[in-house]
Amino acid sequence: MRPLTLRRLLLQCSMLAVILFVVVVIALKFGAVPVSLYALGRDLLRVVFGQSSQISSDYGLIVVNIRLPRILLGITVGASLSVAGTSFQALLRNPLADPYVLGVSMGASLGAILALILEPHLTISPLFAALLTPLGAFLGAAATITAVYFLGRREGQLDSATLLLGGVIISSFLSAIIMFLMNTLSGNLRGLSFWLMGDLSTPLQKSAYWFLGIGFLLATGAIYTTAADLNMLLAGEKEAMHLGVDVPRVRLVVYIAASVLTGLAVSVSGAIGYVGLIVPHAMRFIFGSDHRTLLPTAALGGAIALVFADTLARTVVAPTEVSVGAVTAVVGAPLFIYLLRRRLP
Amino acid sequence: MSSGSALARKPAESARLASEVRLSVEQVSYAYSANPAQAPLFTVEATSFQARRGEIVAILGPNASGKSTLLKLISGALAPLSGRILLNGFVIHTLTPRTRAQRIAVVQQESTLLFPARAWEFVLQGRHAHGHSLRFESQEDVVIAKNALAQVGAAELSDRWMDQISGGEKQRVILARALAQQPLLLLLDEPTLHLDIAAQIGLLDALRRLAAENRYTVVVVTHELNLAAEYADQVVLMQRGRCLRVGPPVNIYQRELLEQVFQTPLSVEFGSSGRPRVTVLPGT
Repeated sequence: MRPLTLRRLLLQCSMLAVILFVVVVIALKFGAVPVSLYALGRDLLRVVFGQSSQISSDYGLIVVNIRLPRILLGITVGASLSVAGTSFQALLRNPLADPYVLGVSMGASLGAILALILEPHLTISPLFAALLTPLGAFLGAAATITAVYFLGRREGQLDSATLLLGGVIISSFLSAIIMFLMNTLSGNLRGLSFWLMGDLSTPLQKSAYWFLGIGFLLATGAIYTTAADLNMLLAGEKEAMHLGVDVPRVRLVVYIAASVLTGLAVSVSGAIGYVGLIVPHAMRFIFGSDHRTLLPTAALGGAIALVFADTLARTVVAPTEVSVGAVTAVVGAPLFIYLLRRRLP
Repeated sequence: MSSGSALARKPAESARLASEVRLSVEQVSYAYSANPAQAPLFTVEATSFQARRGEIVAILGPNASGKSTLLKLISGALAPLSGRILLNGFVIHTLTPRTRAQRIAVVQQESTLLFPARAWEFVLQGRHAHGHSLRFESQEDVVIAKNALAQVGAAELSDRWMDQISGGEKQRVILARALAQQPLLLLLDEPTLHLDIAAQIGLLDALRRLAAENRYTVVVVTHELNLAAEYADQVVLMQRGRCLRVGPPVNIYQRELLEQVFQTPLSVEFGSSGRPRVTVLPGT
């Protein structure tokens, strides 16, 4: 018997944090313009010590003003999607659940687009206007997961296959609406491939990184308070209740928080798929299926996976780029098929 | 068993006996309908019985007689339409899931896991209701879980994966998780289903011993007339949502009554232990 201890949890997380650091260094170094490790270290130290003004070389500016923000974005988006995927898998009792596969990302995309269309017609303060897109994405995500949940219920039970099919169909329906809107309306709506596939190339305002980071921590923290309850929910809602889990409360907290995470991620990076599916499975394989370990390791693993995938997206066809969503889908879809063949009866 | 006979005793003794009553089902009824506008599809009519510490109660009856519904009412998963169920004086269905799980453990027919877990992880889940969600299991929890596994003779299964052990072994681990909850009341829904004869006897011997040692009150829903006769202190006989009789097996196991309830010819004998035995007589 080897129950989980705080020490083991921290050890596992710091291992992943070291890997994340290495991946971040690789991501900073490689790109259309290569940078030496020495120059990289020097420029980063200057940022850390608040001497950004001393960074003069063009290379340094590329690293600090272009690559670093993009990597920070990759870390938060990857972690958010991965935690959302872990939560959906536990709550829906479906090993193939993921914000993208279930159509939740597409719902968030549509919500964000509707908010962008609506924004010029509203007379609101600039601060609230900036929050409108993530709010729309959150509402879109929450509405979609609710619809998929009820579609997937048969005679009071969640049916894995019906749930997944429901998600796929809703996703296809929503992407059709997105295409319709993008083709008929013009304005500052970014590209179609951004919303349908996702990429990390759009820089954000500085305050948006703070908003994103704090939102991620709050939502993940809320889900983490239910970590032990999620372990019990794997055996079914009734059994969880008999073990002392307040099922309706856990369900509400986790659905809302996972919708927040998906909405945040999609509002800044579009619908990036399969991170929330593959990363939790990999972490479960390595660290086991206890959510007290799984949630933090999945967050770090998601960050690692997306920063790595984005480095590939920037470099494989340099000097042009591919959507990072295309990279994750190329890797993720075959793994999805593998899991589908193995898991579903 | 009934309050009448208890009152006939000396006052001190009757007070002691009354305090020993742990589970009290009082005129409980339930109705299930898919659509509130329609007549209920299924009902359980007013049912009453009491169970003391260390007692095993078997709920018997044919399919669709309301056995499992009665068990769900006792577990607090369903709220009764009328009447109430008390556990040590508290109305069960008004307790929070957490408080209930500290007092009542439920062993269901089948426990399926989405992702693989080891037996000890599974048993430690029984400690969940005794801590808060964020904490890590204490040494005390580990000791309790180990004891629970040992009590059902499954200590050697501790490090095995739940999906790689036999049905009988799995049932014992599930029972160990229920024991780790340290409940007052242990509820089992057809625990012997899918088990071979030896495993059935093993499980019920364990229940008998545990009820005596730990003073659990055990309520078990079963189809096995002879196992119930052998192991139960009280039998609750159900038919089409009605509670026909409550009492010790000798009072319930009457040929005409059982034939009428189970709609099949049978014979009842009494063995040397004084416990009744039922033989089904097919084709007569």
